[in-house]
Amino acid sequence: MDFSPLGLPSATLPSVVPAVRVIVPSGQLVAACRLAQEQGARLVALWASDDRDRGMGTMLRVALADADGLTVLELAIPAFEDARYGDVASVFPAAARMQRAAFDLTGVAAESEDQRPWTWMAAWPIDRFPLRRDFAASPAWEPGQEDYAFVKVEGDGVHEIAVGPVHAGIIEPGHFRFQVVGEKVLRLEERLSYAHKGIEKRFEAMTLADGHRLAGRVSGDSTVAYAWAWAQAVESITGVEPPPRALWLRALALERERIANHLGDLGHIGNDGGLAFGLAQFSRLREEVLRTNLAGYGHRLMMDAIVPGGVAADLDPRQLRAMAEESKRIAREVATLRGIYDEHDGLQDRFRACGRVSNELAVRLGVTGLAARASGVAGDLRCDFASPPWNSLEVRRVVHEDGDVAARVAVRFDELADSLRLVRTITEQMPDGDIRALAGEPVPHRLGLGYVEGWRGPVFCALEAGPGGSIRRCHPHDPSWVNWPVIEHATIGNIVPDFPLINKSFNLSYSGHDL
Amino acid sequence: MLHILRQIARTGIRTEAPPSPADEAHDIGRLSAAVRRVLGRALTIRMVDAGSCNGCELEINALGNPYYNLEGLGIRFVASPRHADLLLVTGPVSKHMAIALRRTYDATPEPKIVVAVGDCGCHGGIFGESYACVGRVSNVIPVDVEVPGCPPTPTALLRGILAAITPRGPGATVPPVGGGG
Ligand code: SF4
Repeated sequence: MDFSPLGLPSATLPSVVPAVRVIVPSGQLVAACRLAQEQGARLVALWASDDRDRGMGTMLRVALADADGLTVLELAIPAFEDARYGDVASVFPAAARMQRAAFDLTGVAAESEDQRPWTWMAAWPIDRFPLRRDFAASPAWEPGQEDYAFVKVEGDGVHEIAVGPVHAGIIEPGHFRFQVVGEKVLRLEERLSYAHKGIEKRFEAMTLADGHRLAGRVSGDSTVAYAWAWAQAVESITGVEPPPRALWLRALALERERIANHLGDLGHIGNDGGLAFGLAQFSRLREEVLRTNLAGYGHRLMMDAIVPGGVAADLDPRQLRAMAEESKRIAREVATLRGIYDEHDGLQDRFRACGRVSNELAVRLGVTGLAARASGVAGDLRCDFASPPWNSLEVRRVVHEDGDVAARVAVRFDELADSLRLVRTITEQMPDGDIRALAGEPVPHRLGLGYVEGWRGPVFCALEAGPGGSIRRCHPHDPSWVNWPVIEHATIGNIVPDFPLINKSFNLSYSGHDL
Repeated sequence: MLHILRQIARTGIRTEAPPSPADEAHDIGRLSAAVRRVLGRALTIRMVDAGSCNGCELEINALGNPYYNLEGLGIRFVASPRHADLLLVTGPVSKHMAIALRRTYDATPEPKIVVAVGDCGCHGGIFGESYACVGRVSNVIPVDVEVPGCPPTPTALLRGILAAITPRGPGATVPPVGGGG
C-alpha cells in the first residue's frame, strides 16, 4: 500500500507475512482508509488499546491487507472526554461492529451513526470500560438485561421471529431476529456477544510463556490456527525463528485441523440439506482423524501442540506414516462421498442458489477466507505469502464462483482433497532437526503480528509485550468478524427453514468473535 | 441411492467397539441399559452453550457419530427445555449467558439433571471468574455431575451422562468422572 499521496511514511514491522505500520495524524484516518481501499486493500481488524499511561491516549489500530501484505494504521486519540475518530465503516462496512466493540471496551467512539453497544450487554456499568488499565470489576455487578434496539421492518403481514441465544441443536449462543412475510425473510439482524468471556483482559494477566494456552482457546475449532498466529506474534517481538521441522509439524497440524473441520461441516451441511447418511459418514471419518490426532499429538483437537519457538512434542516416523496412510484412505472415501453428494438431486436442490453471496457483495463487504473463495475472491495466505513450509508445498488455490451453499460445499471438498494430499507430502518430506528454538528477550512495546490461514479464513493476532515477559495487550481476531454481517445479506429472500443450512454453510465462530 | 447402499455395505454400521479405551464398549453398553432401566424411554438432553470456546461442543457433537451412536443408545437432543430430562451445559458461564441459562433451568421440568461439561463448566477453566465470566456452572444453577477435561473426550462425556442418570440409592455405583458429582 502506498500512502505517499497523503505524505505518510511507513515503517517495517517484523512479521512472517510482510507488514508495515503507518502513523496516521488526527483527521486523516478515513482518507488513509479510502486511499488503501482504492488500492485494493480490505479490512482485517480494528481494535483499540489504552495507552494513557504512556501519554498516548487511546491507540486505535486498523489492520488492512492487500497483495503487499499487512498495513497497520495507528491513530493516537487524545485522552479527552468525547474524543472521536473518523468512521472507518464509511469505507470498510465490516468495521462497524469492531468500532462498537472498541467503544464498549475502551470508551472511544467512532463518528458513526450507529452507536448501539455491541460487546456490552448490561453485565457491567455502561460507563466503565474493561480494557482501560484502571478498570476494576466489582463483585456487586449482576448480569442485567439490555434493551437492544433491533431495526424493525414496517409493512402489511410483516412479522418478527426471534431465535436464541440458546438454540435447538449443539450450537454456540447468539440471537437472530428475522422479519418475515409468510416464510420469506425480508431482513435478518444478528445480535452476538453472548459468549464474551473477557479474553483480551484475561491475556493481560498471563505471560508470553503461557499465553498460547489462552490463544488456543479463543475458538476451539481453530485452536491450531490461533496458537500458530500467537506464536508468530511472540516470535516477531522476541526475534526467534522456529527450526524448519517445527514449521513443518505446525503445517501438518494446521492441515489436519482443516481436514477435521471440513469433514465435520460436510456432514452437518448434508444433514441440514436432508441427507442424514452424509452426517453419519463424514462424522465417522472426522472421528478417525481425531483419534489419529490423539495418538500423535496427545490431544484430539491438538490443543497446546504449538508453542512459541516451535512445537511442544515431536512425531515419530511410525505416526507420520500412519497419517499418510490414513490420508490416502480418507481421500478415497471422500471422493466416493462427493459423488454421492453431487448426484443427489434433493441435496443439490437445497444447495443451489441458497444463501447466495455475489462476488460484488463479497468484495464490498470484505468477506474473507473460505466464504470469500466460494464467491470468487481468491485469497489464501498459504499461496499469497508462501513462507516456509508453504513455499515448498504448492498449495492449491481453491476458488468457486457461485457464492451459494453449493459453492461453499465445493470449496470444502476441493480443500479437503488438497489438505489430505498435503498431509501425505508433509509427512513424507518432513525435515529432520530440532522442534523448538529457545525463547528470546521480548522487546517491550514492539507490535508483534501473527497471520495464519485457518480452515475458516485468516486468523490474525496482534501482541504487545510489557516488561519482564508480561503481556501488555493482545488482540486475537477471527475471520468471523468480517463474515458475520454477510450472512444477514445472504439470508434475505430465502425462506426461514433454510437459515440453519445457510448458517452452517458459513459455520462462523461465535466465541472467536465475542472474545 | 445405489452409491449410498454400497458405501454402507463397505463401512458397515459402525457401532462396534472402536480402537480406543478398552472399557468404552462396556460403558456404552451400560449407558444404553441404564437409559432403558431408569427411564424406560429415550433420554432427552437440552444442550446449553453458556459461553464455551466451542471445543466442548465439538466433542458433544462427536457423540452422534457412528462410533458412539448416541441416538442408538436412546439419547436425543431436544429443541426445548420443556422436553428435556437433562441439561448439558458447557463453558465458563459468561455474564451474558447467565440469565438465559437460569431461564433454561427454570423451564426444565422436575426431576431435572444438570451435567456441567469441561474444565470451564467445572471450575471456570482458563477464563476463570471475571468482569465477563461467572465461571463454573454451579455458580448459576445446581449441578449433579461435572465432567472435567479440555475438552472432555466423548467417552468421558458418556461416563458423565451415565453417572448422572444412575440412581444413587444405597449400593448404587457412580463411575468416577472426576470433579463433583
Ligand atoms: S473446557 Fe476447554 S474446550 Fe471446553 S470450553 Fe473450556 S477451554 Fe473450551
